[in-house]
Amino acid sequence: MTLPGITLEDIRSRLQAQIPGCQVDLVVNGSPSAQNSLLIDRQHGLAAARVLRQEMQLDFCSNVTAVDWPDRVDADTVKTKQIVDGVEKEIEQTVKTAIPGYLEVVYHLFSMSKKEGPVVIRMRTANRTDDVALPSLTPVWRSAEFQEREAFDLYGIVFDGHPDLRRILMWEGFTDYPMRKDYVPPPDDDLEILRER
Amino acid sequence: MEQDLKTELSKHGIFATTFEELYNWGRKNSVWPLTFGLACCAIEMIATTMARYDLARFGAEVFRPSPRQADLMIVSGTVTKKMAPQVVRLYNQMPEPKYVIAMGACAISGGPFRDGYNVLKGIDRYIPVDVHIPGCPPRPEALIHAFMALQEKISAQQLTGESRPRHLKAELPSEFPVPEFGEHGLEPAQNDEVFRNPLKVLQG
Repeated sequence: MTLPGITLEDIRSRLQAQIPGCQVDLVVNGSPSAQNSLLIDRQHGLAAARVLRQEMQLDFCSNVTAVDWPDRVDADTVKTKQIVDGVEKEIEQTVKTAIPGYLEVVYHLFSMSKKEGPVVIRMRTANRTDDVALPSLTPVWRSAEFQEREAFDLYGIVFDGHPDLRRILMWEGFTDYPMRKDYVPPPDDDLEILRER
Repeated sequence: MEQDLKTELSKHGIFATTFEELYNWGRKNSVWPLTFGLACCAIEMIATTMARYDLARFGAEVFRPSPRQADLMIVSGTVTKKMAPQVVRLYNQMPEPKYVIAMGACAISGGPFRDGYNVLKGIDRYIPVDVHIPGCPPRPEALIHAFMALQEKISAQQLTGESRPRHLKAELPSEFPVPEFGEHGLEPAQNDEVFRNPLKVLQG
């Protein structure tokens, strides 16, 4: 999944060295495929993409997709030592952390010249409601144009710098984002009503 | 005229018929479908017209590229909500008498894509359907069966009287409202004049 002799860690440190202030995190995939990816902050996404294309020869963007992460609460059990009635005991505590939702876009990059790939990069929006802008990578990989339009159409991610950001599957005037987790289709299904009775 | 008498007369070389029978016989053997496919069912429809299954045996080999010259619309495949207004508009542009075959699970009800956000839950929500064929996709034999069912329907149509078909009743519509793109889906979600709402049917 990496270029010959180059790991994701190498790409990460190279991006951080070349682009001042660029934040790159390694997103570890714990499944057997172990397809790890790089999370790039959205302010430096376009600059990082240019480096990936021009210097890493990642000349082909095969796939652009998006993921909707709704607000969630992570519950971790933490063992802490406390003194109860003068005796030190180990007590399990549940620590709940609220993680605000965000939208994430995923690019799969390949190198045709080196016959390697994919290198997976991700970018995340600030939230799911009003700050949903991400830099468009269409100026770097032309093949991203329609797929970014699809992500805009179905998830509501606004790509800054996209040459022609319109809905691609649904019609103009449609106001919902059907692939979001909280999408509710219109109640035009009478059989659903029958099934509930 | 009674059937027995007709048979007896034909034994003597006399052929007796009615204008209605002659007219319907001509119509049922020259039903020209519209060249119009929506999804994978269209592939089966194309196969039906080719040499192996040969829909031409039933007088329907002439697929017309213009709705103005077509008698039959075969809704072959998934009708997306974005496509539905165009399907209704094509139907409206066909001259009477016109017929509709809803081919396959999608055209009948939305099929496996019924819960999709962009899939119409059956074309019978907007236009009257004469024959429904189940299947995913239906085999060419099934389409031919549907076609023969339609031929039987045509030959049984009466030109006069209360039970005459829709296109001979001046007060009944031959065009149906084209749905509009709304903010959340098609508006209206169905044409209540046409759609037999299963909920209302059950309630009686």
